[in-house]
Amino acid sequence: MAGQVLLVEDEENIAEAIRFILSRDGWQVTHLAEGQGAARRAAGLMPDVVILDHMLPGRSGLEILAELRSDPATARLPVLMLTAKGQPRDREAAERAGADHFLAKPFANSDILAAVRALATRARP
Amino acid sequence: MAITALTGTRLRERRLALGLRQADLAGQAGISPSYLNLIEHGRRKVTPEVLARLAAALGLEAKVLAEGAGQALAEDLRTAAAGWPAAAVELDRLEEFVGRFPGWARVTAGLQARSGLLERAVEALNDRMTHDPHLSAALHELLSALTSVRATAEILAETGDLEAGLQARFHRNLHLDSERLAGGAEALVAYLDGTGGAAREQGLATPQEEVEDWLSGQGWHLAALEGGEAAALEEGIAALASSAARDLARAHVARAAEDARRLPLAAFAAALARTGPDPARLAAEFGCDVIAAMRRIALMPGAGTGFVSCDASGTLVFRKPVAGFALPRFGAACPLWPLYAALGRPMQPVRAQVQVPGPMGARFDVLAFCQPRLADGFAGPELREAAMLILPDPAPAAVGVLGIGSTCRICPRPDCAARREPTILREGM
Repeated sequence: MAGQVLLVEDEENIAEAIRFILSRDGWQVTHLAEGQGAARRAAGLMPDVVILDHMLPGRSGLEILAELRSDPATARLPVLMLTAKGQPRDREAAERAGADHFLAKPFANSDILAAVRALATRARP
Repeated sequence: MAITALTGTRLRERRLALGLRQADLAGQAGISPSYLNLIEHGRRKVTPEVLARLAAALGLEAKVLAEGAGQALAEDLRTAAAGWPAAAVELDRLEEFVGRFPGWARVTAGLQARSGLLERAVEALNDRMTHDPHLSAALHELLSALTSVRATAEILAETGDLEAGLQARFHRNLHLDSERLAGGAEALVAYLDGTGGAAREQGLATPQEEVEDWLSGQGWHLAALEGGEAAALEEGIAALASSAARDLARAHVARAAEDARRLPLAAFAAALARTGPDPARLAAEFGCDVIAAMRRIALMPGAGTGFVSCDASGTLVFRKPVAGFALPRFGAACPLWPLYAALGRPMQPVRAQVQVPGPMGARFDVLAFCQPRLADGFAGPELREAAMLILPDPAPAAVGVLGIGSTCRICPRPDCAARREPTILREGM
């Protein structure tokens, strides 16, 4: 059932760990280290799940999310937001902007795997 | 609070223990001695208001008089137990516990009180974190490193068949992230301690702080400028961590070079010795503006004078500290600072003697002045610059001394009319 994941995360070592965890589960992971052009890349790839870091150089995760939601082609892409701030107002902002799921750093590897699986399953008819 | 017949007995016992006559206590509580006598013998009811006055005169809480110390303690323990529903505390045996183990009961109640105090301290620090962008950025950095360490360590611990190349790579990542974590934690501790060095190395300092650090390292006086050698400072400026700090430093050097040219060191030092630190007189003598004279006074070699300046929004744009006068790191300063009085009255000198809070609160003479600046001529907006010289060890003031603080959040003055937000320095902090 594994498919494609677009991972937008500027921390190289976190990205490497997530890529490893998901790859072992059979997911094909495309990684972007900055926010600029991420929405366009998502529209081109049409991945099963987009993982967006909250704080990114170039363009914030929330801005990318808003871009995705405003384009009919990507409006329904499942998005998992990651943030280093586990504070309720960041979560609320992510939810308002249309994030499907939210994980606060530091997360367990099993959490991210479970979230990606659940989002992909939910999106499939 | 139940007022019972025993209330009178407790009242009498306490009064006698303090060696007070009925007439003394009655007088202090504003009732007649005969009424007090009736209360003590349980022949008259006492109203809660009178009981409160009697308790205050006896140095007790009213509930201790009404219910006895044991009852008050039991009430505190009941509150403590309410916070631990899962512990299934034997509330039906509470009186027995207080009676048989009064010491343990007091310890438990004391721990409950202390835990409440610590919770409020955590709230205050949490509040501080949300208002402090640099602290927030530092914590973000720590959480990022921690996330990487956790994810990588989990992979290494739980993947039995990890290929050797990947294993080495994840080990290297773990090593780098743990170093980053240690450095970040050290910087954070230094930042919270206010010692600064490590925080600055980690880029946690603001550009303004970087420049102030650099100037402080030179004793606040740039000797090279006295000989017109601004270029000699470029090496030190280039070593500053952020480009914003380098820009600020260059702007400061340009201004200080102009001050050095217009107010030659030897002549200015002689005039300063003759007139004392009076920026208006010195400005008239050297044909410069008053704030330039204030800046030159503060930045003379070895000057023990503090100096702050702000723009029209009240934001501090330059801070030379002086021992005993705390300058805020973020946000606006105490609204009572004469700096702000001057900001509202351009071109009028403001002079005051101020005292900072605390049992040993030091006094300072401060001189403040504000000048409008028309950078874009008549067409442009009027800009303002206000500055304040802070002179330690003043002669006793002839008139009133103004009590000021650093900034409301860390100012303990309880009843300040100018307070704009609560202090974090509450009970025991």
